[in-house]
Amino acid sequence: MPAPIIRIDNLRKTFGALTVLDGLSFDVAPGEKLALIGPSGSGKTTILRILMTLESISGGHIEVCGEQLYHMPKGAALVPADEAHLHRMRRHIGMVFQHFNLFPHKSVLDNITLAPMLTKGEPRAKAEARAMELLDMVGLADKARAMPAQLSGGQKQRAAIARALALQPRIMLFDEVTSALDPELVEEVLLVMKRLAAETDMTMLLVTHEMGFAHEFADRVLFFDRGQIVEQGPPDRIFTAPSEPRTQAFLRKIIAAGHRV
Amino acid sequence: MIDWQGYIGLILDGAAVTAELTVMGAALAVVAAFAAGLGRVSRYWPLRALATVYIEFFRGTSIFVQLFWVYFVLPFAGITLQPLQAGVLALGLNVGAYAAEVVRGAILAVPRDQIEACVALNLTRGQRMRNVILPQALPLMLPTFGNNAIELLKGTAVVSLISLKDMTFQAQVVRAQTGSTLIPFATILVLYFLFASLIGWAMRRLERRVTRGLDGVRA
Ligand SMILES: Nc1ncnc2c1ncn2[C@@H]1O[C@H](COP(=O)(O)OP(=O)(O)OP(=O)(O)O)[C@@H](O)[C@H]1O
Ligand SMILES: [Mg+2]
Repeated sequence: MPAPIIRIDNLRKTFGALTVLDGLSFDVAPGEKLALIGPSGSGKTTILRILMTLESISGGHIEVCGEQLYHMPKGAALVPADEAHLHRMRRHIGMVFQHFNLFPHKSVLDNITLAPMLTKGEPRAKAEARAMELLDMVGLADKARAMPAQLSGGQKQRAAIARALALQPRIMLFDEVTSALDPELVEEVLLVMKRLAAETDMTMLLVTHEMGFAHEFADRVLFFDRGQIVEQGPPDRIFTAPSEPRTQAFLRKIIAAGHRV
Repeated sequence: MIDWQGYIGLILDGAAVTAELTVMGAALAVVAAFAAGLGRVSRYWPLRALATVYIEFFRGTSIFVQLFWVYFVLPFAGITLQPLQAGVLALGLNVGAYAAEVVRGAILAVPRDQIEACVALNLTRGQRMRNVILPQALPLMLPTFGNNAIELLKGTAVVSLISLKDMTFQAQVVRAQTGSTLIPFATILVLYFLFASLIGWAMRRLERRVTRGLDGVRA
């Protein structure tokens, strides 16, 4: 068993009086594809946002690639991380958002090359060559010069995936990347992600309501409710023979709502 | 018979002073507006405090008083300015204070998800501001900047207080010497209107340039 690439230990997160995560712990192995499922408001997005350092934490520890994410050593003690530490740690992690968050004032190509050129000092030619490879992979080679406003939702999301990949993070976070898309555009994005999952050894954490996709994509499924892991296991077991009543009820409701499992 | 050609020439000399004050005042105002606007959203409190004091002071007192201080009181502190320098300084800082709030508002109006994308791409704060936030905030600022520039143009008339001969001052001179009110004031009416139209035209061109490619993204 290799050492975990992510170690979440007794994580607490509150928003004012609302406790969203209360003593959450789990590990993720390098290269593992993890699907996080659960009812709305159970804290799935919050977990990804915390890993991307878009939220602060209220307690506990997170280790990423062998180093503390929200803490840094000072002498023998651990103190809260400063911006420089967070900046260093973010190299390891990338995220794809539900609403793409492309930069509207930059072409698809410039969206992708911006970060490699700024954060890694890559020369433009090298960054563009790599961006074209990525665009080819997501089937958008002919849209390199297009502005985001000229793309369909599915194309935007594929461009956003290429943008996140350009920094070659070891961990990728996907938060409901298809839920803002028209139904007929979902498939093209899922196809790209399936290829990605099959072809790379990147660690991936996926939040989704597409149970069929989670089943195919994931090595392990975590079912969350109210900030707790209720049940976890390989997708074949979770989706066909869940043992917890809450998991069973959730999956029944999802199937009734017309989602495929 | 009055020699109108000579009198119109006086007014045109005044127009040159007005134009000079407007252009140089606007240049200073842009610098002051970005410095103070960025200061207002800084994470360092001394910068925020400094920017707030500047903005509140210049918005809370009249340009008339500010000009008086710059020209007549600063010499007591050992700083003596030429009338034109004093006019540019007072006008630029005054309008810059209003425009700083425009800069701040436009920066804060850039959607939060853009900043989150920057964090996910590991850009530093400076890189976020330069490459993502300001380019998107600029189109939001320009229409109000145009209004600020026209306010500045109209405000230039106060400089007669410090003996600068701008076009309003010259019109009054001509009126006193000829006894005619209609001709000098009709002339400067047209000139102010032409200047304002020029500013409006230039701002619209600039706007079209910076929003290229952004169409359909935001209203
Ligand atoms: N910035 C915030 N301020 C206050 N409450 C928040 C904030 N962000 C999230 N919450 C609350 O935290 C809880 C968990 O939210 P989260 O977005 O993580 O849920 P989720 O599992 O992703 O749900 P969904 O499936 O609807 O996306 C919810 O009750 C939500 O209202
Ligand atoms: Mg969510």
